[in-house]
Amino acid sequence: MQAFTYEAPRSLDQALSLFGSTGEKARALVGGTDLLIQMRAATRQPTVIVDVKSIPELQILSFDPQSGLRLGAAVSSARIYEDKMMQDKYPGLTEAAWLIGSVQIKHRCSVGGNLCNGSPAADTPPALIALGAECVIASAKGTRTVKAEEFVLSPGRTVLQPGEILVEFRIPAPKAHSADCYQRFIPRNEMDIAVVGVGAAVTLNGDTCTAARIGLGAVAPTPLFAKAASDSLVGKPLNEQNIAAAAALAQKIATPITDMRGTEEYRTHMVGVLTRRVLTEAAARARKK
Amino acid sequence: MSGKVHVEATLNGEQVEFLCEPRQSALEVLRDVLGFTGAKEGCLTGDCGACSMVMDGRVVCSCLVLGPEMQGHTIETVEGIAKDGEKLHPLQQKFLEHAALQCGICTPGFLVAAKALLDKNPKPTEHEVRFALAGNLCRCTGYDKIVRAVMDAATVMQGR
Repeated sequence: MQAFTYEAPRSLDQALSLFGSTGEKARALVGGTDLLIQMRAATRQPTVIVDVKSIPELQILSFDPQSGLRLGAAVSSARIYEDKMMQDKYPGLTEAAWLIGSVQIKHRCSVGGNLCNGSPAADTPPALIALGAECVIASAKGTRTVKAEEFVLSPGRTVLQPGEILVEFRIPAPKAHSADCYQRFIPRNEMDIAVVGVGAAVTLNGDTCTAARIGLGAVAPTPLFAKAASDSLVGKPLNEQNIAAAAALAQKIATPITDMRGTEEYRTHMVGVLTRRVLTEAAARARKK
Repeated sequence: MSGKVHVEATLNGEQVEFLCEPRQSALEVLRDVLGFTGAKEGCLTGDCGACSMVMDGRVVCSCLVLGPEMQGHTIETVEGIAKDGEKLHPLQQKFLEHAALQCGICTPGFLVAAKALLDKNPKPTEHEVRFALAGNLCRCTGYDKIVRAVMDAATVMQGR
């Protein structure tokens, strides 16, 4: 690895001042489960590493019935998984975070890092998109908010400008009879990068779906919000037929590539399969809420 | 620009302090700076688990932790598993009995990960064992004997 300076600011102000003065030379470090690998491969070569794990704002994990969830960018997958509130209110995002890597990785990785790495196949973005997550970005100049589905611009590139860091996610409180779900297809049982990942969140009023959002991963250069598929469900019962129709609409916007993980055709087919499954599961969970 | 950092940590119950460059991973620190060569370098990408160590009670890949990140933390390695460095832990005993190792390069990582599992979940199902060990790769044994050894060790540790 190329040599670098290591900083571990204990306050957000300190961190923002650091990022402001170092700009493109600096990269934030949370779990290091993508960054350190990239630095060894020299695909990312920051000369300043800013360990943001000690900044309180990035470790927030709190829920308010009115304002919803505040999830700090550095909160580990393990901490999310072990949190009863997360399991209860956001089971889809929780299972997405808990699917990343191995137990060793889960103890270090974060949803923030997962999104900021900008991989099209990341597990948490489809779940974040399904939940309508907003990403709070801060710099020495102030803060701004970006929707999860607009955060990744192209593989490995996000909306973050030099001097900016992702601080937290804000996710609305689930309404009554709402639930989310995330599933992915991989060749092995654990560890692999998603061949296809789908997240969905639905709200039911009796049998009628009053809200739905579907997020797709690994089938385009960035994670996708399947808007047409999502909108197609609103005002209708979440039955097999309507779910199948939504799945077909989700398939339409998928533009996967053929690579060692799967062919275009197979991945497009799996978008349909997983969309049906996560919608069905999210609906089942929502009915119990 | 890249001068050495002074780090203090707890390693297998003892206070340690060392100097390291920021780019030296915890794996490098353990092996090359502190002389604890149990953890192995298998991939340097967090895929194989041969470098596993426990940090503040959680099993992690030491190749993905930077030396300076160890500051103030509690580290446990395979060297700390046998009581007083002599009496084998049931996991170690069962690995031997079940022939759960051949070349042995993955074994420290498996022991650390398996012990971390049993410390949290003393009665795991086979599925839970395989999930907990999914981050540890073995090229020799085909995993079966490893899983049996872990399940058997759990039984012994429960006094069953």
